Amino acid sequence: MERIDVGEVSVEALVHGEGRPLVFLHGIDYFQQQVPFLYRLGETFRVIAPRHPGFGATRRPAWMRTVGDIAYLYLDMLDRLALDDVILVGSSFGGWVALEMAVRSPPKISGLVLIDTLGLKFGGRDEAEIADIVALSADDVVKHNFAHPKNAPDYAALDDAQLEEVARDREAAVLYGWRPFMHNPSLKHWLHRAKAPSLVIWGEQDRVVKPAYGAHLTQRLQNARFLPIAGAGHYPQIEQPERVATAIAAFARENVR
Amino acid sequence: MMHTWHFSEMAYHPAWAQLNESYRVIIPSRLYDPKVGADLYHRYLDEWALCDELGINIMTNEHHATATCADSVCTIPMAILARETKKVRLLALGMPIANRENPIRVAEEYSMLDVISRGRIEMGFVKGVPFEISPANSNPADLMERFWEAHDLILKAMTSHDGPFSWEGTHFHYRSVNIWPRPYQQPHPPVWMPVGSPGSAREAASRGITIGVLNTGWTATPGIFDAYRETAAKCGREMTPHHLAYMALIGVGKTREEGWRRADQILDYSRTSGIVAPQFANPPGYVAPQMAATAIRGTATTARATRLQTRDGKPINPRTVNVEDAINAGLVFAGTPDDVWDQLKAFYDHVGGFGHLLMMGQGGHISHEDTVDNLTLFSKEVLPRMAELG
Repeated sequence: MERIDVGEVSVEALVHGEGRPLVFLHGIDYFQQQVPFLYRLGETFRVIAPRHPGFGATRRPAWMRTVGDIAYLYLDMLDRLALDDVILVGSSFGGWVALEMAVRSPPKISGLVLIDTLGLKFGGRDEAEIADIVALSADDVVKHNFAHPKNAPDYAALDDAQLEEVARDREAAVLYGWRPFMHNPSLKHWLHRAKAPSLVIWGEQDRVVKPAYGAHLTQRLQNARFLPIAGAGHYPQIEQPERVATAIAAFARENVR
Repeated sequence: MMHTWHFSEMAYHPAWAQLNESYRVIIPSRLYDPKVGADLYHRYLDEWALCDELGINIMTNEHHATATCADSVCTIPMAILARETKKVRLLALGMPIANRENPIRVAEEYSMLDVISRGRIEMGFVKGVPFEISPANSNPADLMERFWEAHDLILKAMTSHDGPFSWEGTHFHYRSVNIWPRPYQQPHPPVWMPVGSPGSAREAASRGITIGVLNTGWTATPGIFDAYRETAAKCGREMTPHHLAYMALIGVGKTREEGWRRADQILDYSRTSGIVAPQFANPPGYVAPQMAATAIRGTATTARATRLQTRDGKPINPRTVNVEDAINAGLVFAGTPDDVWDQLKAFYDHVGGFGHLLMMGQGGHISHEDTVDNLTLFSKEVLPRMAELG
């Protein structure tokens, strides 16, 4: 892991590969399980996968409390690294961050990939479109996140430092996303500002946010395509890494500025 | 002189037989019969009202979405008792201020109670157990930051008497804070908080807050009290034994058997209060990542379950604990008045003294008649000896 200094934040980031820049924004959990996928992307792209403030080993300034703050931090990071013609990929919570960046209309982003993203509220006040994973048993959390429970991590096999990292990630996710739960109520009204072509990838067995949510988001975006992935839940890049990596590479080839 | 407080959680025990893996958070309220509940409320209030005659102070608390404690608003029984009683002091331990949206409302409730009771209120501010997070929808990741901001705002609201002030903090925003009435006690009613670790005892000590130590027993309590005393001395804060309170479940009888039988029934509080689905016992961010990591691995049920033991080092499972082990663990004082006094005195000496005994004199299925006899025997036979302590 490397360090990228952006303002007062020293961002921990996995940086790997050569080629067109691809910024990957991770979700709530299971970061370590996604590292092989990030290396696979690194065969085609220069991958930059920052750990959000409060997650992993990136310290969160006490004032930084909203997903909008993270979005501005990463817009600064694009400037700091002088990146251009960027493919921005966001998964789950990281998809919410990516959308908050995209509606700020950054000229440097030429393609947006959203994987089972959170961040939006489409339904009525008594419809919980995003499952309350904090209120689920450990078994149910696995069933909501994975098409095949065997793809879930074996926590008994992790050492103390790895488990602490998982605990920090979950704590940070709820700090930003506790209420309203994992969404910004007004974000859907600004989606027209996301100008970049988009690919919306969704695990067909995702029970955290169901595919219908992704299909609806695809309709609300200006220039988007929906790609359901069989045999995957909330994290298709863990369960079907080759499918997802191939789809992202093809999308990137179609969308060069 | 040590002060004694009678505490009951106002349990709705009639539902317990129908509950399994969780007594909290997710249990449907169709299991609550309001007619039965009304009788129970009146009964528990009668027991507290009796305390005014017995010279035992009164303590309430609150929990939410649970059959273990039907007191979901700790200031409501206090509002009734503020007028129904005339002499004893009234402690709400207390208000979960990090889970309440509006600290100004808390300041108003406590101030109004203080005036109606003519200055008999003691204000508890509590972090709240982890299973309170879901019912309150309260962000666990910045809970204590919010707790201390609410604490500071409440005290400022109670002690500012020259018209409105503004508060633009991290969690609370008011352009015009100006509460009426102001409290009866000056500058404000005494402040309490429950603590369960030396770390939180130090935080309370540095602010001069009285601590209530619950369910920590023979082995864990001395370290907590020592941490308080050391920090108070380091901060140059004058302290008395009345900054330290200890809660025990108490069963007094005319015979040892009767006292133990009462304690055994009250112990159903300990046996039920920790029964909760694990995800509600460990919300993300409620404890530091080092501790949370253990829960993710699946080796910890609750912190309480792992730390309780008898004075001989025998681990205690609160769900199955019997009276004898609970006495040896310092959780229960039970038997004849002499037995109870001896156990209390031994515990007092072991922990280096304290000024308040929080007496759980009612819990679980113990009947009204037994509770009344328990409180009365304590008042007549044990209370007079308390002048030797504190």
